[in-house]
Amino acid sequence: MAVLVIAEHDNQRFKPGVTNTIAAAVKMGGDVTVLIAGHQCGAAANVAAKVDGVKRVLLCDAPHYVGAPAENLAALVVSMAPQYTHIVAPASGFGKNFMPRVAALLDVQQVSDISAVESPDTFVRPIYAGNALQTVQSSDKIKIVTVRATAFDPAGDAATPAPIENLAPVAGTGLTQFLGQELSKSERPELTAARIIVSGGRGMGSSENFKILEALADKLGAAVGASRAAVDSGFVPNDYQVGQTGKIVAPELYIAVGISGAIQHLAGMKDSKVIVAINKDAEAPIFSVASYWLVEDLFKAVPELTAKL
Amino acid sequence: MKVLVTVKRVIDPYVKVRVKSDGTGVETANVKMTINPFCEIAVEQAVRMKEAGTVTEIVAVSIGVQQCQETLRTAMAMGADRGILVETAADMQPLAIAKLLKAIVEKEQPKLVIVGKQAIDDDSNQTGQMLAALLNWPQSAFTSKIEVNGDAADVTREIDGGLEKLAIKLPAVVTTDLRLNEPRYVTLPNIMKAKKKPLEVLKPEALGVDVTPRLKTLSVTEPPKRSSGVKVADVAELIAKLKNEARVI
Ligand SMILES: Cc1cc2nc3c(=O)[nH]c(=O)nc-3n(C[C@H](O)[C@H](O)[C@H](O)COP(=O)(O)OP(=O)(O)OC[C@H]3O[C@@H](n4cnc5c(N)ncnc54)[C@H](O)[C@@H]3O)c2cc1C
Ligand SMILES: Nc1ncnc2c1ncn2[C@@H]1O[C@H](COP(=O)(O)O)[C@@H](O)[C@H]1O
Repeated sequence: MAVLVIAEHDNQRFKPGVTNTIAAAVKMGGDVTVLIAGHQCGAAANVAAKVDGVKRVLLCDAPHYVGAPAENLAALVVSMAPQYTHIVAPASGFGKNFMPRVAALLDVQQVSDISAVESPDTFVRPIYAGNALQTVQSSDKIKIVTVRATAFDPAGDAATPAPIENLAPVAGTGLTQFLGQELSKSERPELTAARIIVSGGRGMGSSENFKILEALADKLGAAVGASRAAVDSGFVPNDYQVGQTGKIVAPELYIAVGISGAIQHLAGMKDSKVIVAINKDAEAPIFSVASYWLVEDLFKAVPELTAKL
Repeated sequence: MKVLVTVKRVIDPYVKVRVKSDGTGVETANVKMTINPFCEIAVEQAVRMKEAGTVTEIVAVSIGVQQCQETLRTAMAMGADRGILVETAADMQPLAIAKLLKAIVEKEQPKLVIVGKQAIDDDSNQTGQMLAALLNWPQSAFTSKIEVNGDAADVTREIDGGLEKLAIKLPAVVTTDLRLNEPRYVTLPNIMKAKKKPLEVLKPEALGVDVTPRLKTLSVTEPPKRSSGVKVADVAELIAKLKNEARVI
């Protein structure tokens, strides 16, 4: 067996979840090769070489991989596919974008967002916003799998670095043209990598009011997240959204403030180790998953919490 | 230009989903069904583009049981011009769906296909990207803005760190994110009008596509329950618990 992991990186470092994806790949069995595709991303290949379980790193450097366009990345991965039994990527925005394209071109039914590896061909995945867990067995020759990073512990450091080989790029498809990205800037940790997350919902009332959450986050060294209602109301940018259709997180501590606890929100955070809920409604469903819950007005509780920490 | 939109019939997002005791799936008998929310956004987008004069015809497609006709009627009440149902009671996985959609695209020749980013039942998030690959068309997944200019479109996509802008050639497949638009409510007169719009029913065999499932479901189980937590009286007690009991701060 031979497993290919496609790593998401920013040229220098891995994005959150890649080492967890490598750990899942190791569980599938066989040798793990990591592909680093991008432009001027040699440093990321050095990072990949030092991850435990990685046998070989392939570095493919060309301008048409900037922004990881699905069409070009899929063409590259498809050209490599005959050598592998498994092709694996994180179930992040990156993996969700190009992996189904790879699968369709190889005539394979992808297994999305797995939370456990039962055997080389059998995987567990959450369905219905995490309300059920489905165990599926793939009959395809190549298994194409995206991994829910929060369900796997990250791989550690390798004793000796794996060799890095250069891989010739495959011609670009020319189907799309990358115009640019607008990234939300923040000094705080990334949501999917943070040890602590402070999340606000519609109860926050305004983008101005989110400042009291940010003050708490800064005191705790935490990332800031949000419910869909808070994002849709324009309090915070869309990439703050936690949930079924936003980010899946599982920090050590998740503090939900003014969030009712709709199933679609719980889907994104209920695997957090400790959950704190602050809500003025004693009947809020969020309390059903909370380790500790405080029934209080957030405008009183949050500043007090920040002051007393 | 002609637009194709895909609409899936799913369990209503606000229904509490229950796992069947025999572990074969989830309870669907007597459960409220609805149009997948992301497909509703797809239809809304097509209708807005028609209202703006960029689109001339909207064809809605659904694959599944006979009751998907209701889902198509909803799409037509929102403004789709006609519907196509590929009727089947079989388990259809995203690759099979994408192949059936490809066959319909080849017949209908739309310039744009708008697909939901994910079906809220299987949460696969695959079909649109697969369809684009099978057609060798460009894709814009998780789209929050579309501007068509002639034979190309400028799109904005939601990515993990913010937004990305692409120029894509048409024809293309676009998948919808929540922020693309807010779907309209259907009105009674439009529901009545939708009943008279054409709805074609096909069988998968007529499209000459191999739809054999590749994944076998071995079991469906309930996720582990979280142990119930405790209510704290005030902020001081919360801090004490987090420090001394949970040891997370
Ligand atoms: C297809 C689909 C996908 C979705 N995906 C997601 C997703 O990924 N993520 C997500 O979050 N949602 C998602 N949703 C939306 C979800 O169903 C809920 O509507 C949303 O999570 C509600 O957000 P909320 O809890 O902030 O708002 P509300 O439900 O309005 O709750 C606000 C809470 O704040 C409390 N509150 C108000 N004022 C105060 C105060 N002063 N002090 C203390 N508490 C206060 C209230 O008691 C209430 O409990 C999705 C929905 C659909 C249909
Ligand atoms: N049976 C179906 N009928 C019509 N459209 C579908 C069907 N299955 C999936 N789709 C479309 O593909 C999108 C993504 O589905 P999925 O890949 O299953 O998450 C959905 O939002 C629909 O727009």
